[in-house]
Amino acid sequence: MARYDSLLDACGGTPLVGLPRLSPQVPEGAPAVRLWAKLEDRNPTGSVKDRAALWMVRAAEADGRLRPGATILEPTSGNTGIALAMVAKLRGYRMVCVMPENVSTERVQLLRMYGAEIIPSPAAGGSNQAVANARQLAAEHPDWVMLYQYGNEANARAHYETTGPELLRDLPTITHFVAGLGTTGTLMGIGRYLREKVEGVVVVAAEPRYGELVYGLRNIDEGYVPELYDPTVLTRRFSVSTQDAVLRTRQLVEVEGLFVGLSTGAACHAALAVAHEAVRAGRPADVAFLVADAGWKYLSTGAYGGTLADAEAALEGQLWA
Amino acid sequence: MAIHVRIPTILRSYTGGAKAVDGAGDTLAQLLSDLDTRYPGLRGRLLAPDGGLHRFVNVYVNDEDVRFLGALETKLSDGDTVTILPAVAGGS
Repeated sequence: MARYDSLLDACGGTPLVGLPRLSPQVPEGAPAVRLWAKLEDRNPTGSVKDRAALWMVRAAEADGRLRPGATILEPTSGNTGIALAMVAKLRGYRMVCVMPENVSTERVQLLRMYGAEIIPSPAAGGSNQAVANARQLAAEHPDWVMLYQYGNEANARAHYETTGPELLRDLPTITHFVAGLGTTGTLMGIGRYLREKVEGVVVVAAEPRYGELVYGLRNIDEGYVPELYDPTVLTRRFSVSTQDAVLRTRQLVEVEGLFVGLSTGAACHAALAVAHEAVRAGRPADVAFLVADAGWKYLSTGAYGGTLADAEAALEGQLWA
Repeated sequence: MAIHVRIPTILRSYTGGAKAVDGAGDTLAQLLSDLDTRYPGLRGRLLAPDGGLHRFVNVYVNDEDVRFLGALETKLSDGDTVTILPAVAGGS
């Protein structure tokens, strides 16, 4: 069935595709180690965030927090804002995003196109500052509804109820699940579901390690861990450098024809690491990683052309995931 | 050979501005003690009052988060790279 009553109904149900060329070679007679990509860019606004946005809006409507004509406020560096702006447009809400200045121009253009209003927050403060500014705005405008993706249980529940079951249905032999770590909603939801259903499943987080400029002014005591984050859901957590993320992003399109965003390159890097460990241990593995979005929004960053060093230099100071 | 430690900008006041320093130790706890003899105060910024890792400090050994490896008791070998970073909000 590929017919839907509206765009919102077309959220989810994304393809899982094998990556036979990128999967590691195993010695003759050894068990297969296979990589799979869950194509979340095939959602209505082109990212995994459509699921979280739709679930958070539905939950807020159900509990009476969101009423017709209401204003939704959200700290976001892009995809969640774009997804919420689309949902808000179709459901009749006004959308206001607080966004760090150092995100790609495509994200700003897309948000405006979908009708969102943007309140910039200083680049130096990154997402932490966007969260703090949004909290202040919410206090000043008590009638605005901040869905707050970092602490909204419906964000993780979207994945517990849809993405997780889709993965297990399509890959009953799954041994590893890998995704980028941001709000942590995707990993918490899918991770919890898989842990309940698949004995011994390994849940792996790939966290972007940005250039030094992004961390430069961060005071350790003003750090931030999303409220949704529960480390017991994860088995392992990798920090992936900008260079490794760019390398894998390019490799995915060169080897498998898969054009992905940079956070997916980071997830792919961690997926390859655990896949090669399985090969060395002589164990079979079905490693699925999540493609959070495609590469379109990042073309202007310089990540897709020139040498790796050029790309790394171009991304210094940018929130690329 | 030694253990290579990457220091975040905010903590370079303890290392005389050095972006990376070398240290020794069989575990992360031993490494931090070793570093503290040459860079006094650094260890104190990384640990919470209860002696565990500070909630907003992330430490990685060869790119893997030590909280999933054994925390301060994580084993180290010569040639390992230890990366220290402040926790930041991710997501989009």
